[in-house]
Amino acid sequence: MSTSIKHDDAPAGARSFTTKPRRGTKVRRQRVKAAWLFLAPMLIALTLVAGWPLVRTFFLSFTDASLSDLGAANLIGFENYLVYDDGSWYGVLADSVWWQSVWNTVYFSVVSVSLEVVFGVIVALILNAEFKGRVIVRAAVLIPWAIPTIVSAQMWAWMLNDQFGIINHLLMSVGIIDAPIAWTANAVYSMWAVIMVDVWKTIPFVALLVLAALQMLPKDCYEAAEVDGIHPLRVFFKVTLPLITPALMVAVIFRLLDALRVFDVIYVLTSNSTSTMSMSVYARQQLVEFQDVGYGSAASTLLFLIIALATVAYLYVGRKQIQLGGD
Amino acid sequence: MNTRQLAKIAKRIGFWALIVLIMVYAVFPFYYAVVTSLKPSSDLFRVELWPSNWNFDNYISIFSQTSFLRAIFNSIVVAFSVVFIALLLGITASYALGRVRFRGRSTVLLVILGVSMFPQVAVLSGLFEVIRALNLYNNPAGLILSYTIFTLPFTVWVLTTFMKQLPMELEEAAIMDGATPWVTITKVFLPLMWPAMATTGLLAFIAAWNEFLFALTFTLTDTQRTVPVAIALLSGGSAYELPWGPIMAASVVVTVPLVVLVIIFQRRIVSGLTAGAVKG
Repeated sequence: MSTSIKHDDAPAGARSFTTKPRRGTKVRRQRVKAAWLFLAPMLIALTLVAGWPLVRTFFLSFTDASLSDLGAANLIGFENYLVYDDGSWYGVLADSVWWQSVWNTVYFSVVSVSLEVVFGVIVALILNAEFKGRVIVRAAVLIPWAIPTIVSAQMWAWMLNDQFGIINHLLMSVGIIDAPIAWTANAVYSMWAVIMVDVWKTIPFVALLVLAALQMLPKDCYEAAEVDGIHPLRVFFKVTLPLITPALMVAVIFRLLDALRVFDVIYVLTSNSTSTMSMSVYARQQLVEFQDVGYGSAASTLLFLIIALATVAYLYVGRKQIQLGGD
Repeated sequence: MNTRQLAKIAKRIGFWALIVLIMVYAVFPFYYAVVTSLKPSSDLFRVELWPSNWNFDNYISIFSQTSFLRAIFNSIVVAFSVVFIALLLGITASYALGRVRFRGRSTVLLVILGVSMFPQVAVLSGLFEVIRALNLYNNPAGLILSYTIFTLPFTVWVLTTFMKQLPMELEEAAIMDGATPWVTITKVFLPLMWPAMATTGLLAFIAAWNEFLFALTFTLTDTQRTVPVAIALLSGGSAYELPWGPIMAASVVVTVPLVVLVIIFQRRIVSGLTAGAVKG
């Protein structure tokens, strides 16, 4: 990230304070100095917890460091990533479990974010309607968001329990299934179980962002549409959807970045099972359980690069909408 | 009664059915956790929507474990410290970013945005090293430090957004009176920032209270853990004999304060979430 990015983003009212003629004044110089002084604690804190650790993770990925003795690391180049030795390939990039976890993560992210967007919009549309008790419904909808991920994973693990879970019980009493399903243990269903929990937990977030956008929509074109007798579905797709797209894009990118780094839900619901393992679960398993800091750091670095790439792509595409620091 | 009226009634019924469906979907898992937590262990494996015999054995059992009490205490200490630090650093940084124009401001904002998109696992090994070097491994203070990585960026973003909306005249008047930037922040802006600080503080609190990956990795013993880890590890060991009653009781205990807070502050939270996300 370079310093060459300059946006003329001062709000109009601030111009008199900030444009050139004032540049040399004492007040201005004092303010700029104070600004950096005020930023310093935050910058130092972020360097300590984010910048430096990231650099070290990157460095450790080129070593054979082990968790038990981090100091005794030797540089081994790209061996953690990919190496050809004795007729076969080794390293994260040659590990089928890694690629499985990449696929799992992408599958999880795409499916759950799509479902969240669809249901989030529906919930937002409902909440946007005027009806008695709207405040209560909105508070109720927020509950899943407030529940810690770990707790929601445990609650669902209990509901999805193969023998005593209420979900199997309900499905069987209705006659949809004849035998209980081992939701979290069976490779066919476990990913869906994880998606189900994630969707349940994050619909409120998407719904709230969309609701905020809905409440800013102009009322008059809806009145016009009603007068003209246009079908509500048509109004939704032709008027509402295009207008809330920017907010929807923001929700999608936030959820997507969250989903790509998913850890807790998967770790608690299905532990280290390869059929649901995400990239974060894979990296942590190598790092902590197998004590292989070098290898785990290589996986972490790859995950970081994937997310950074996704972010840059998004920033590039949505540059106009984000307007860094502007009002 | 004509067809138009009938259609109208059908529409209303459909609308309310949808609302009921959403309500049940949102609330039922939590309700079921409460129901489970109130059942005696002999009834646990009978599926029912309303417990036939109530008792508080599961709650007594978790509260008689000192490790669980310690975990709650640790979580409280960690979450409050994180909120305090994030707000302290956030308010000064947001003044600089929201009210002063200087070279490199966009870069700083970009860096903060970048940090908020970090996958936590990407800093795991590096941060582990830092925590070991500072001698904070297996110590809640190490968690306080590491949670800065995800609370500080959004605290700064949201506070900056609020800071920008404060009227220019206030600051001009303060400068005319010869106030230094520090005095301007503490005497002029701070009193106006309370609503914003309550919002971001609450969001930071929830994030710190819920964090799992760092807490799992940077603590080792029962007495140093936070509640999410304590709850996750209650189920550890054998996959066949899980203490579901106590797990649900513990889950309810750590969730009820959050649900109450969220319901009380829901308007604030909504505005905070949307400000943080839309501007971010």
